[in-house]
Amino acid sequence: MAKTRKKEKITGAKALLYSLLEEEVETIFGYPGGAIMPIYNELYDIEDEKLNHILTRHEQGAAHAAQAYAMVTGKTGVCFATSGPGATNLITGIANAFLDSVPVVFITAQVTSTLIGSDAFQETDILGISMPVTKWNYQIKQAEKIPEIISKAFYIASSGRPGPVLIDITKDAQLQTLAFNYQKCTSLRSYNPNIPLNPADIESAAILINHARKPLILAGHGILISKAGKELMAFVEKTGIPVASTLLGLSAFPVKHPLYAGLLGMHGNYGPNVKTNEADLLIAIGMRFDDRVTGDLKRYAINANIIHIEIDRSELNKNVEVDIEIHGDAKEVLKALIDQVKANSYPEWLSEFKLCNKTETDKVIKRECYPSRGEIRMGEIVSLISEKTQGEAIIITDVGQHQMATARYYKFKNPNSLITSGGLGTMGFGLPAAVGAKVGKPNVPVIAFIGDGGFQMTIQELGTILQYQLPVKIIILNNSFLGMVRQWQDMFFDKRYASTELVNPDFVKIAEGFDISARRVKERKTLEISIDEMLSCKKPCLLEIMVEKEGNILPMIEPGSSVSEITLCLSVNKDL
Amino acid sequence: MKKEFTISLFTEHHIGILNQVTIIFTRRQLNIESIAASGSAVKGIHKLTIVVNTTEDLIEKVQRQLEKLIDVLKVFVHTNDEIIYQEIALYKVQTTELMKSDIIEFIVRSSNARFLEITPEYVVIEKTGHKQDTTDLLNKLDPYGVLQFVRSGRIAITKQTKELMAYLKEMDEANNIKQDKDFVAEIKSDL
Ligand SMILES: Cc1ncc(C[n+]2csc(CCOP(=O)(O)OP(=O)(O)O)c2C)c(N)n1
Repeated sequence: MAKTRKKEKITGAKALLYSLLEEEVETIFGYPGGAIMPIYNELYDIEDEKLNHILTRHEQGAAHAAQAYAMVTGKTGVCFATSGPGATNLITGIANAFLDSVPVVFITAQVTSTLIGSDAFQETDILGISMPVTKWNYQIKQAEKIPEIISKAFYIASSGRPGPVLIDITKDAQLQTLAFNYQKCTSLRSYNPNIPLNPADIESAAILINHARKPLILAGHGILISKAGKELMAFVEKTGIPVASTLLGLSAFPVKHPLYAGLLGMHGNYGPNVKTNEADLLIAIGMRFDDRVTGDLKRYAINANIIHIEIDRSELNKNVEVDIEIHGDAKEVLKALIDQVKANSYPEWLSEFKLCNKTETDKVIKRECYPSRGEIRMGEIVSLISEKTQGEAIIITDVGQHQMATARYYKFKNPNSLITSGGLGTMGFGLPAAVGAKVGKPNVPVIAFIGDGGFQMTIQELGTILQYQLPVKIIILNNSFLGMVRQWQDMFFDKRYASTELVNPDFVKIAEGFDISARRVKERKTLEISIDEMLSCKKPCLLEIMVEKEGNILPMIEPGSSVSEITLCLSVNKDL
Repeated sequence: MKKEFTISLFTEHHIGILNQVTIIFTRRQLNIESIAASGSAVKGIHKLTIVVNTTEDLIEKVQRQLEKLIDVLKVFVHTNDEIIYQEIALYKVQTTELMKSDIIEFIVRSSNARFLEITPEYVVIEKTGHKQDTTDLLNKLDPYGVLQFVRSGRIAITKQTKELMAYLKEMDEANNIKQDKDFVAEIKSDL
């Protein structure tokens, strides 16, 4: 490709698009405006060829869509926005991608270089604003720099611990011409994501593993990022060690596997949380001991040695002091470990997990997923859809109770089949993420579970779904509350429901306005048939399901509590 | 237990790098006691010398976070016994005070300071040393009216024998190994 384009003089704007083609970009999510017009002008010619541009309805939507696209395809997402408000509208999306380690290259336009610093119209210091939430950022003021910097951007975004990169391009740089010559970036002197394994670490880890009596694997997002699912499976099946997953680690290991122990964290499963404090060895892989996973750190992993396998050295010993730091890529480390660990099994240890699972089933899951009376519950919807899709759909969530219900009850089978906002917990993520996921995987059913609150944060993206006729399936779990906040008010603030009750619009009518077929479900008896209808629908569709208004997500590790204090029933003062 | 650490940070010479670095100190709630920016012995590589008071535990976390910055090449953290360090201070005093007696001249000489500039209105005195030394001189001059005082950030040379160049070479080699691996993988996949 580079050869044919070498000598012709082209504009910086075109060079940007050619650079994207060199990086095998197919899809861009974005929103135009004054400063970025030269780029869109060039896109007009190229678009039909190979570059597909999805016009969202808000830059935040473009950012989330690009992230979800990256997560389902394994490629680097690309997102365009104009200067000033276009760029600042991206920030939540950038921060979300940053906290969840997703590679997205954000291209923002900037005012002409001579105006920078003068408070020109639609000028913002987007470099300064985005610095704390990007892996790297850079401002291009000369067209010749474009190929080099774009290749660097892709290299940095996608390697090591991936993350968002922002490249700000001044309008004059877009308009100047240059002789295009593209060279893929393969190394940088100040950044080396390829960490040589230390054989001594692997050896000592293997010794700990071979001698453990109650080992537990904590599987994180890093496994999905390094595509280490197979290696994890081989490691687990050889060692017989149970696997617990973080929220973002979900779908890295099949939920129905006999060695799957469940979800960690605040609303995770009973067994893996409680057993964290009984285990004598934790093998943490590609996860970062977030406070939502650890609960009170002083009373975390109290009986365990910890092996931490992590590509980002600054995560090692950051939150939890570990016994063996293995700085490296999850896939490579697991490959190296497999040969040194003994085949084993832990029938007694596993039976303890089974017992916990039974307790949780009796106290929580049965009531949540198989109720026969009362209002519809979130858990029953998710588990019904899980069964009907056989765990094969790509599942999107927004943030809140429905997110936890989905994480708990959908039985994920395939890698990267849960797209959710973990680190930042961004309400409004769900709908645009569904857009990005569907564009990335048009042949897989994409189902988005969204709360009635979060849906209204990025509801405008229904317009994107309309314009591109994206057959996403939207399920609004409507409790007429900002449910998760209401739950905290219920549990910790004497049920003082300050500003959490919502007066909602008619979502069905709204959907119809966007030519999206929609239906409202109020009763259990029409639930299944409506779900069937939705699943077989070939077009965009929306299902609004009225759920129990004051349902709570349990179990829960209350803030400040230890993982072993996870509660299955509501705290006493609730019943009083 | 808190103590004084000197961080030597080697970076690419890009706009905004100082901003990136200070964000990490802000997020970790660390006051920067002093900071100095300059070139280094290696062309094109910039050096920041930052002094902070903190614990061993936190400084290690901060070091890792700094090294994670894409444009940062290498970060060294040293305690005071591991470095040779200096600061420079300048003092402005009225010339009339100097003329009154020879006490100021005596102070300057005995403090190993020197006159940098003498004009009919004022004199400028320069002193290099550790913070205590430059502070002592300030206290001694104070009774005679110090019109201006300024002290630079600490600059430091490390005692370690392995120099930045050696690290850079290692980093380059690590990158090359990876490229060779990629190349082999590419050839293999072509077969
Ligand atoms: C942008 C943003 N604002 C506020 C919050 C705080 N928050 C977390 S969950 C939640 C309630 C979500 O309500 P809803 O979307 O209806 O979902 P539900 O919890 O009822 O399932 C809120 C307000 C957030 N996570 N993100």
